[in-house]
Amino acid sequence: MPNMIQERRIILEHLDRAGYTPDLGCYRRHGGYATFERCLALEPAATPEGQTLSGPEQIRLEVRRSGLRGRGGAGFPCGVKWSFVNLDSDRPIYLICNADESEPGTFKDRQIIHKDPHQLIEGILIAAYANRVHQAFIYIRGEFIEGARILDRALDEARGAGLLGRDILGRGYDLEICVHRGAGAYICGEETGLIESLEGRRPYPRIKPPYYPAVLGLYQCPTIVNNVETLCAVKHVAAMGGNEYAKLGVPGDPGTRIVCVSGQVRRPGYFEIEIGKATLGQLIHDLAGGLHPGRSLKAVIPGGSSAKVLRAGEKYKLKFARPDGKEIEREAALLDLPYDSASLAAAGSMCGSGAIVVLDDSASAVEALANIAEFYAHESCGQCTPCREGSLWMHKILQRILRRQGRPADVDNLERIAHNIPGGRTVCAFGEACSWPVQSFVAKFGDEFRQMTAPPP
Amino acid sequence: MNTPSSASPAAGCLRIPPALEAAVAERIARYPQPRGAALMVLHALQDHFGFLSNEAIEWAAARLGVQPMQVLELATFYPMFRQEPPGRFHFKICRTLSCALAGSLALHARLCDRLGLDPASHGPQTTADGRFTVELVECLASCHTAPVLFCNQTFCEKATPEQVDRMIEECRSAPPEADGS
Repeated sequence: MPNMIQERRIILEHLDRAGYTPDLGCYRRHGGYATFERCLALEPAATPEGQTLSGPEQIRLEVRRSGLRGRGGAGFPCGVKWSFVNLDSDRPIYLICNADESEPGTFKDRQIIHKDPHQLIEGILIAAYANRVHQAFIYIRGEFIEGARILDRALDEARGAGLLGRDILGRGYDLEICVHRGAGAYICGEETGLIESLEGRRPYPRIKPPYYPAVLGLYQCPTIVNNVETLCAVKHVAAMGGNEYAKLGVPGDPGTRIVCVSGQVRRPGYFEIEIGKATLGQLIHDLAGGLHPGRSLKAVIPGGSSAKVLRAGEKYKLKFARPDGKEIEREAALLDLPYDSASLAAAGSMCGSGAIVVLDDSASAVEALANIAEFYAHESCGQCTPCREGSLWMHKILQRILRRQGRPADVDNLERIAHNIPGGRTVCAFGEACSWPVQSFVAKFGDEFRQMTAPPP
Repeated sequence: MNTPSSASPAAGCLRIPPALEAAVAERIARYPQPRGAALMVLHALQDHFGFLSNEAIEWAAARLGVQPMQVLELATFYPMFRQEPPGRFHFKICRTLSCALAGSLALHARLCDRLGLDPASHGPQTTADGRFTVELVECLASCHTAPVLFCNQTFCEKATPEQVDRMIEECRSAPPEADGS
C-alpha cells in the first residue's frame, strides 16, 4: 500500500530491537548518556542579544524553543512549566517523574521503564541539571513491581558508573534519584495528589492556586512534575536542539508521541508517530492492524478513558493554515482526524495520555460507559462532594440500567449529574475526567441508553 | 518522635526480623522527612507479613514519626494494602475497558466458579480454606496484551480460560513450602 503510515521512532528507537537489553552497557553502546555528558560540559555561551547563558540556562532555552508539550495528559508546554520555578529560591528544588501510569488505555511508560530505563534516567538527569535539582523521585505505580526493580537496578548501575550521587562525572553536580512506589490509587497521577502521597499522606489533590507544584510543591518547595515520556523527550530535545525538535510534528504540538492503541483491533500496541502526521484511521488500520474480520467501527476513545468518545460517521470542522498563512476550514471524518491536540480539540475531544481505545459494532455503548464509570467511582479520592457522590451515582445508575432495572428518567439523570460535577466545582480535574465520558456517550449513543431504560411494552 | 516499637504493648507482639528492620531504616533515610517513606514501609511490611495488622501499622507509625491513625488512613485508602491475610494464591484480574472487551470479566467469573466464589462480587473474596483470593482490579496498564491478571507477583498477559484453569491446577498441586511465589 503506497500511503501506509510509518512510525517515527525516536524514544522507542532501540527498545524493541533484537538483543537490546535494559542494562547500562547496552544503553551506552547505543550512545546513551552522551547527551547528558554534553549537557554537563556546556560552557557559558553568549546570545546574539549579548546575554551570557549558563549551561543549565541553555538547556532550558532549548526545551522552551522545542515547544514540547507534556505527555501525561494535560499537554502543558514543558518549557513553560519549568519557567515557573524560582531558581534563585534558597529552598531545594525537586523533580518528580510521574510514572503512575494509570489512565485506562495507556501502557507506554511501562515499555520505557521495562526495556530502556536508562533513557528515562538520562532524561531525569538532564532535566534535573537544567533546573538546579539535587533530589529527584520516580513515582511509579504500585502494580509495576517488576518496573520498580528494573529502575532500582538501573539506578545502582548509574551510581556505580559515577552518573548519579555526589560530584557526578567529576563535574561538581550532585543528584539522587529515589524510586517511590504508589499503591494502586489512580488519583496519584494527578500531580498535587502525587505530591501529597509522596509526603506520606492520603493523595487528596491540592487546590490551585496557590499550590502550583512549581511554586509550592513537595514540602512546599518548588517542584517540577513531568511524565516519563516527557522526560525521555527532553533527552532528545537536548540532543537535537529545540529548533530541530520543533520541526517534527505540527506547529503548536511538536515532536513525536507514543500512541497506545487497544480495544477491538487486530494488533493492539504502542506506536511512536510524528504528532499530526498520522490520522486516527492510519493508527487504527495501518499500525494496529484494523478491526477484526467482519466488524465495523462503532466508536473511538482517542485519549484515554477520560477523553470524550468519538462516534463513527461523525464529521468535524478542522482549521488548516494554507502556505500563504490564511486559515481554511475543512471537513474531516473520524478516521481522517490527524492525531494532534488541535485536531482532537476541534473534534470536541483530546489526545490526553495518547491512548486510543477502539470499539467495534459488537460492543455495547452502555456496557462500555458502565465499565468506565465503575473505574471513576472506584478511583475518586472522595475529597470533593460533587465528584465523590456524582461518580458513584453515575456508576450506580449505569449498573441498574445494565441489570434492566433502569428508569426512563435515568438518561436525563446521567446527563444532569455529568454536567454538575465539573467546571470548577472540584479541586482537581478528576471531576472533568469522570464526567466527559458520561456526557459524550449519552449524547452520542442516547438511543442505546433510552432503549435499555424504556418501560416494557 | 522516636518511640521504640516496644513502647506499645500491641507492637511488642510483632516480630520484625533484623533484615526487614534494616530495609525499612534504609528506605526512610532516602526521604527528606521520614513520613515520606510511608508507602514504601507499608509495602515492605505487607510483602513480609502478607497484610498490614494493627501491630504492623503501629510499628510503622513509630518509625515514621506519626500517629498510628495517620498510617491507618493510608492502609485503608490505597487499594493495594490489605488488613486481612489474603489467600496463599492471590488472583487480581483487570476489569477496566480494554481488558473487559477482551473477556477479563469472563475469566474472573470462571475463576470464581471453579473456586466456589461469587462471580458478581468485584472485591476480594477468599476461599474458606484460605488458599485462594480472587478480585477484580482497575487498569494494570497493559491494554495491548489484554486480558491481563496477576497471580501473586506473576503477571499473565493475553490470559485465556484454559490458562486460568491450568493456573488453578498448578496452585492446587503446589507443595506447601513453595509458598508466596
